[in-house]
Amino acid sequence: MDEINALMQGFTIALSPFNLMLMFIGVLLGVIIGVLPGLGGANGVAILLPLTFTMPPTSAIILLSCIYWGALFGGAITSILFNIPGEPWSVATTFDGYPMARAGKAGQALAAAFTSSFVGALVAVVMITFLSPLVAGFALRFGPAEFFSVYLLTFCAFVGMARGSAVKTIASMMLGFALASVGLDTVTGQLRLTFGQTELLKGFDFLIAVIGLFGIGEILQTLEEGLEFKGSRAKLNLRTVLDTWKELPRYWLTSLRSSAVGCFMGVVPGGATPASFMSYGIAKRFSPRAARFGKGEMEGVVAPETAAHAAGTSALLPMLTLGVPGSPTAAVLLGGLLIWGLQPGPLLFTEQKDFVWGLIASIYLGNVVGLVLVLSAVPLFAAILRIPFAIIAPVILVICAIGAYTVHSSMFDVWLMLIFGVVGYVFKKLDYPFAPLVLALVLGDRAEDSFRQSMLLSQGDLRIFFANPLVGSITAFALILLLWPLLAGLRERFVGPAGAA
Amino acid sequence: MQHEQEPTGERSATNRRSMEMVVALLLLLLGSVVVFDSLRLGASWADDGPQAGYFPFYIGVILCATSLYTLAGALRMRSDVSFVSTRALRLVLTVLIPTVVYVAAIQWLGLYVSSSLFIAAFMWRLGRYRIPLVAAVSLGVSGALFAMFEIWFTLPLPKGPIEAALGFG
Repeated sequence: MDEINALMQGFTIALSPFNLMLMFIGVLLGVIIGVLPGLGGANGVAILLPLTFTMPPTSAIILLSCIYWGALFGGAITSILFNIPGEPWSVATTFDGYPMARAGKAGQALAAAFTSSFVGALVAVVMITFLSPLVAGFALRFGPAEFFSVYLLTFCAFVGMARGSAVKTIASMMLGFALASVGLDTVTGQLRLTFGQTELLKGFDFLIAVIGLFGIGEILQTLEEGLEFKGSRAKLNLRTVLDTWKELPRYWLTSLRSSAVGCFMGVVPGGATPASFMSYGIAKRFSPRAARFGKGEMEGVVAPETAAHAAGTSALLPMLTLGVPGSPTAAVLLGGLLIWGLQPGPLLFTEQKDFVWGLIASIYLGNVVGLVLVLSAVPLFAAILRIPFAIIAPVILVICAIGAYTVHSSMFDVWLMLIFGVVGYVFKKLDYPFAPLVLALVLGDRAEDSFRQSMLLSQGDLRIFFANPLVGSITAFALILLLWPLLAGLRERFVGPAGAA
Repeated sequence: MQHEQEPTGERSATNRRSMEMVVALLLLLLGSVVVFDSLRLGASWADDGPQAGYFPFYIGVILCATSLYTLAGALRMRSDVSFVSTRALRLVLTVLIPTVVYVAAIQWLGLYVSSSLFIAAFMWRLGRYRIPLVAAVSLGVSGALFAMFEIWFTLPLPKGPIEAALGFG
């Protein structure tokens, strides 16, 4: 097969000592960037881009893409240890990862997260290796209506998964939507809910809300129970990793499904963040262990991590084949390609074989390097939980403040983060769930924009969401997921409970 | 938007019923603000799809409806269930108040100096650590952050008079 030969050729390029060193440095930098909230993968790659101008393009893209893999791995670390997502796509990882850490299973949660990330990346890169031309054509067919249907699918996969009062779940989600709508309306250019305040023009960045709600809110909550973090009994040796690996094959179906969700969302450019939410929602809906989700179920860590990494990796595919970046980070990498004098698009695969296959080979190798690096550091990460509260708490608060500041270089955001922290504390005590709020804040704006753009195209005709088989099937699938509990109820009524799984 | 969430820290040991009502009332207020601003922008369905206020209008309406429901539920709640005990509240405030002071200090002293002071105060007051350890951790963390953000990532964070005196302004 041509692909195998080309890939082997790629490996010989990527395996030079210089490139291997760059991989190592890249992954390490990426993990650091992933751990620090506010410094995203796209951010980190953009900052380091100038350093690579003098390198050969293949080495440059290896360094930068490895930073990205590292950031994908690293985002999970603070989510699990402190309930603070280092990256947007690891928000869903907190739902079960943090409860696991509190139960003293931080090591297992980290090992499961890293390994799932690796599996997701592997599936995605295999797809890139063999299906590039096929998938590239598919991504071109995505317009506003398709985007809206994908967002709808994410919401539907997620609806009803929160525990507790339905009314409070709705209230929390509406609050998220309301916050998402603040600022400049991109369709009409009107200002919404800003009341003449210039700080509100740019709207609420969801990272600020997440750092406040999850990070600060969690610290305040922890304080009530005394001055220490729970979960400091975490086991600190590498056996944890092996034990976790024995457990992981049990979740093969979830892994497979999440990889598929991730690859799909990466290619269509939905992105890693919706992919992780959607995958978590679907896993919860179809898992036999659904009741344990949110209380520290390993499957709830596997699902979002697999999907996020699969999406992050497959986002490179449309960038290489079409020049359409599948994620913000891929967009920055695309800028790099142009600066290095490479023209992305179908011709890249024929004209710049060494570059393309060197990159693809480096995805395989970079992820292996990343996995080894982060897994061997699991005991180290888990040991962070043993640092006494009076030392680690102010450090976390400082890092939260920096994270909030760096989003827009604005002090206003730091104050906002504090307010969200207090809101998080009160909401948690009154059983308002956060997850719907965050999901609505992340996707609300984009979903509304794509809906209204579709309406502009169709002149207000809702049938655009069923206009072709692609958008029609996504919309239909979304509605099925939404109505699933109802359908399952009906089936139980007519077929009898014996048929229901 | 800023004033809606403040009341937590203010009251000492309040009961759950009143907190539930306060939060529901604030959400109701927020929902009405959203509704009115959406009406100002136009909240109907034009020829080419929804207007700018169409979605926010219904979001506001639903938010108001859920708040009213929660409020009605809270009215029937018993008032002897505690929301937070005085002791727990005091612990929360021992961290929340210094954090507010810290964020305010960033504007005057810059991030690195105030972070050092914040970590030092925290370790000194709550952890009762010895001065050498306090100094090492607080200066070490700020130093590491400075190296990482200012030098490595060249991402400037707020700086104050001390950094300016050292030539990093």
